[in-house]
Amino acid sequence: MKRRDFIQKTAVSSAILTFGGLSLSSFSNKKTKRITILHTNDTHSHIDPFPSDHSKYPNMGGAARRASYINKVREENPNTLLFDAGDMFQGTPYFNYYGGELEFKIMDMLKYDAATLGNHEFDNGLEGLAAQVPVAEFDIINANYDFSKTIMNGLTKPYKVYEKDGIKIGVFGLGVKLDGLVNKREYGETIYLDPIETANRMTKILKEDEKCDLVICLSHLGYAYDKNINPDMISDLDLAAQTQGIDLIIGGHTHTFLDKPTLVKNAIGEDVIVNQAGCFGLRMGQIDFIFEDNKLVSNSVRNINI
Amino acid sequence: MRNPKNKMLFLLGSLAITTSFTMSSCKSTSYKNTTINAKNIEITADLGSVETVENFVTPYREHIDKDLSKVISFSPVAMDKSKGKWETTVGNLFAEATLEEVNPVFKSRYNKDIDICMLNHGGIRSIISEGNVTTRTAFEVMPFENSAIVVELKGAQILELAQFMIAEERAHPLAGITIHIDSNKNIKNIKIKNQDLDINKTYYVVTNDYLALGGDNMKFFTKATNKYDMDYKLRNVLLAYFSKNNPLPVITTKHIIEE
Repeated sequence: MKRRDFIQKTAVSSAILTFGGLSLSSFSNKKTKRITILHTNDTHSHIDPFPSDHSKYPNMGGAARRASYINKVREENPNTLLFDAGDMFQGTPYFNYYGGELEFKIMDMLKYDAATLGNHEFDNGLEGLAAQVPVAEFDIINANYDFSKTIMNGLTKPYKVYEKDGIKIGVFGLGVKLDGLVNKREYGETIYLDPIETANRMTKILKEDEKCDLVICLSHLGYAYDKNINPDMISDLDLAAQTQGIDLIIGGHTHTFLDKPTLVKNAIGEDVIVNQAGCFGLRMGQIDFIFEDNKLVSNSVRNINI
Repeated sequence: MRNPKNKMLFLLGSLAITTSFTMSSCKSTSYKNTTINAKNIEITADLGSVETVENFVTPYREHIDKDLSKVISFSPVAMDKSKGKWETTVGNLFAEATLEEVNPVFKSRYNKDIDICMLNHGGIRSIISEGNVTTRTAFEVMPFENSAIVVELKGAQILELAQFMIAEERAHPLAGITIHIDSNKNIKNIKIKNQDLDINKTYYVVTNDYLALGGDNMKFFTKATNKYDMDYKLRNVLLAYFSKNNPLPVITTKHIIEE
């Protein structure tokens, strides 16, 4: 009980601190900056809300509602980035009829900044995916599918650096192993690269070369696996623990509804936030990163409120 | 699954954890991340709705609705995969349709006949309600993109298939095969197209691409001596079969006979 009291008090004080920091920024010469990350995953062609008589998700979800929330957040903080962690395709007849074009067009309307690829993006084969990529006005980011021998060559980026209010946000993407999950016919000559090695390569580039202030991984690896059943599957929790330099992992694939984001210690004891927003666009994740002028920060403590 | 009402309440509690923050060696700015606030938001009607998005989707939705609502057959009864121990009417229909629709394609390409169809009980995603059968029915029963694969198996693997079926005691859709068992669930006899199973003979089994890879623990499919990708989606198999069979037959054939 004592621990809970302590935690709650800390939460209150940090909330006040945050608020104070925000109001300060409007008067003084930018003592604080705030970057907001919004994210979805596994929307699976769920453009419309679920029907009101649906047994599990009555009248929940819907792209037009997601748009409304996104607009509100952007109005409040223009320094907002919007990401998706894959499996945008497949799940309603919208995909069967239009092959993903509608999903991408709506993501354009919602002004997504980037998405990574899920296994269901391959459902109409590499050709089906490549045909829809030009529709996407956002970046398609993946670092561990080597498409060089396929029609997808050049249509994705391993990483991208976004700059908002002078803060550099490096984003890279990781996809799940396709063998056994997707027919070989659909993924063709795509070569799967080890996610941990790829992540280490990416964070080195983003931290050392690109000098990013924040590193985000868009992952379709899946939140966690039972090691007894899937000893070789790398999950987001594994990725967080076995790497360094990642601040936030935005996950997907396992349709995990996290009541709150998970904190994991990375390979050198730093905190990594792992989040996933369920599926079907029923939820969105929202992570605010508050930056303060280095000269005014005396200690080396980071408050994480989840 | 969790109760959505509970989920609506979960706008996240505030758990603050203070942690040490190691500075990176090089920073482009003189700003440092000192606080992170994270939460997950439920997407509900309370959030409002953007009309331009809604208006953009409307014509597509109307087109799909109209197309899916097209009546292509009639079902005299409700066919439900939960009704039946060893076989169900919807399972029998699915397996029969797959055998009937895929065989002519297989025969024209390879001049061979398919002997058996085996699908998975879990792959039937909806009931077929009594009354009009529409295009939507095929999408509901088979929403996935799986396609038909013909697997070449030796009789020994057909025996494994039969043993798997009896051990699982699930109404996986079957056609072309009858398995006779005794009261102790020992296999007494297996008939393929009314002929006794020959352990050394080659048989052709149509299934879906997921099961052909050993999905749902159907490991016997991975012992195939050959596989023929028919490039024929099972949903399209159903659509073709529904269109040709009006009303739908109610197939009560027993594939497992307990003696």
